[in-house]
Amino acid sequence: MAGLTATFNRYSTFFQISPLVLTLGLFLLGPVIVIIILSLWKFDGFLTLEGVWTLRNYERIFTRSLTVSNYLQTAKMLAITLAITFTIGFTLAYFLVFDLIKLRTKMLLFLLCVVPFWTSAVIRTVAWIPFLGKEGIINQAVMGIGLSDEPLTFLLFSEFAVLLSYIQIFTLFMMAPLFNVMARINNDLIEAARDNGANALQILWNIILPLCKPGIAIGTIFVIALVASDFTAIRILGGAKVGTVAASMANQIYNVQYPPAAATAMILLIVVLLLVGGIMRLVDVRRQL
Amino acid sequence: MSKSSKTGVSRRSMLKGTAAVAGLAAGSAIGGFPTIWAQDDLTVRTIGMAVSNMPQLEEMANEALPFKVSQTAAQIPDIMARGINQPTSADLFEPPFMLMRAMWPTGKFQAWDTTKLPEWDSVVDLYKAPGKIWPDAWYGDGQNPSQVGYTSGPEAKDFVDPGSTKWVTNHPVLHNADTLGIRPDIIGRPIDSWKELINPEFAGRAALVAFPQIGLMDAAMAFQANGELEYANKGNMTTDEIDYTIDRLIELKNNDHWRALWSTFNDSVQLMVSGEVVIQSMWSPAVTAVREQGVACTYQDLKEGYRSWSLGHMLPRHLEGKKLGAVYDYVTWYHSGPAGAFFARQGYYVVTPTNTQKYLPAAEWDFWMEGKPATVDIYSPFGKLLEKAGSIRDGGSYKNRMGRIAVWNSVMDENEFLTERWNEFMAA
Repeated sequence: MAGLTATFNRYSTFFQISPLVLTLGLFLLGPVIVIIILSLWKFDGFLTLEGVWTLRNYERIFTRSLTVSNYLQTAKMLAITLAITFTIGFTLAYFLVFDLIKLRTKMLLFLLCVVPFWTSAVIRTVAWIPFLGKEGIINQAVMGIGLSDEPLTFLLFSEFAVLLSYIQIFTLFMMAPLFNVMARINNDLIEAARDNGANALQILWNIILPLCKPGIAIGTIFVIALVASDFTAIRILGGAKVGTVAASMANQIYNVQYPPAAATAMILLIVVLLLVGGIMRLVDVRRQL
Repeated sequence: MSKSSKTGVSRRSMLKGTAAVAGLAAGSAIGGFPTIWAQDDLTVRTIGMAVSNMPQLEEMANEALPFKVSQTAAQIPDIMARGINQPTSADLFEPPFMLMRAMWPTGKFQAWDTTKLPEWDSVVDLYKAPGKIWPDAWYGDGQNPSQVGYTSGPEAKDFVDPGSTKWVTNHPVLHNADTLGIRPDIIGRPIDSWKELINPEFAGRAALVAFPQIGLMDAAMAFQANGELEYANKGNMTTDEIDYTIDRLIELKNNDHWRALWSTFNDSVQLMVSGEVVIQSMWSPAVTAVREQGVACTYQDLKEGYRSWSLGHMLPRHLEGKKLGAVYDYVTWYHSGPAGAFFARQGYYVVTPTNTQKYLPAAEWDFWMEGKPATVDIYSPFGKLLEKAGSIRDGGSYKNRMGRIAVWNSVMDENEFLTERWNEFMAA
């Protein structure tokens, strides 16, 4: 009996982490291994030749100019989305945390930001069409007040429309972690700074922003993952005219070219992981957890 | 409305009658196989596209057959993925013919024995040795369905000459001919050629379907009609032809010719209804959906012909015994007429038109199949008024449409290269 308890104690850490290890192994590591295997199988244009190993799927990725234009487009969408979601998210979080006094108002307004998430992602995306179309509300207003004779066509089926939906949906993912870190900033720090003669801008730059780093990092990771993986908004609002990595992959899958799609997915995964790894090195995210 | 629901009721009660008679026969036939179904509570599970797997058809099948039929609608890649990776998850797979070269050689399916299919003789010659419905019909570029229809044995993985064996890789279900949809009220002049798709007159008001294989063929129809390039085979292009087509598509894109590329049925409807687009690749039910909103839309007959497609029923290899018998019975019922009439009223053609005719009133047959002016108001099977008496179906008769197939939906030999270049078009 005693021996059993001793054994249990010796391996208790192992038992404690086993649920997590099992879950991650089964639902994260397992599928990734399957994708790696698939990406190394030969595809002959029609059939996946199971067990016929080849590096050709990767070779094609690294030898075509398409890869460069896909990643440039993705990077561009990502940079713009990050810049705008950060600006809006930071402003909103700052307002909620520092400008409002009542906790109840803060929480109420924060919850209001979640309301758009009560509908499905596809509906939130499709809902932009009646606003942005040639006959849409914005164009009717623009032509109604005489700003333009022709409807503005860049509003819909364009990069602009896709970015708009990204910003609408992803801002919360940037704002929530920022809200979280800001709420933990000790007010005494700010008061002390003010007592020492710091102006609002100096407080923002020297105290609030540095303390928000973990929130910025987590928000950025969210936005990177969301933008890098989206192809629905591109299909619906981009009129399938915007060529990101995920959109290319979606086309390969639609044409049931699984091995090339799996290789594209692996490279995208590595790029995203490198970005995330870089962010984790720059900022100690664990401080927030 | 009243008219259609009346015919609906009469057809429904007739079906019920048939089922009742079948039930009686089953009860009295000692050891007759229909009694076996009742004991097992057998279910035939089918999976196919939403155009042909819908509650109304499922209901018809369940009323007519002594076993249960359960239909699932799915996207093309899902049908294929399930067929290859989880063949036991359904009893009947309904992919488009264009995927046959990617599905049949996997060995996950078994061939149909045409001698055990009582309705096989009624199936049109498109799927047999001639490869066309009428002797004077066009054979069409690309993958003519007859080329991938036959195989050498029940468990073979090859394709053989049409009509040379009794084994078929899939049982054809239905087909239709696609063309361009236009807004005649906005365009205001006759359109008779595919080249109008790339006419600068419609810059910023034209759209293309976003699926690479199909979008590229629509584009090729336009470039060939425009006298730019004579494709050796629009349904199986060489890399040079793909390069030319994509380069031209990119050039048009840079001139803001394409308002959008659409990827869902609803997108194509929305583009047309809003007037964003006046000429585009389109599917027949989308044209109907635009008209139902009171907007003029024509599924334009063009002199270069149509781009056509077909769906087929594939049998997973694991099926045997009673289940296999039930699936044969289901397919036999499918082609006996009632389903044919149901799909004819939506503008599709089930592959046994002679049986369809038995279940479609003459006035509707003349409108849908003969291309004659309607003598009565034409309703959809769902009770919506589609056409007033006096109107003519777009493209006219079955023969004018399916007899003039310029190209078949196909997966080309250079499929992988094509997808890469298409992605370049998107990224351009």
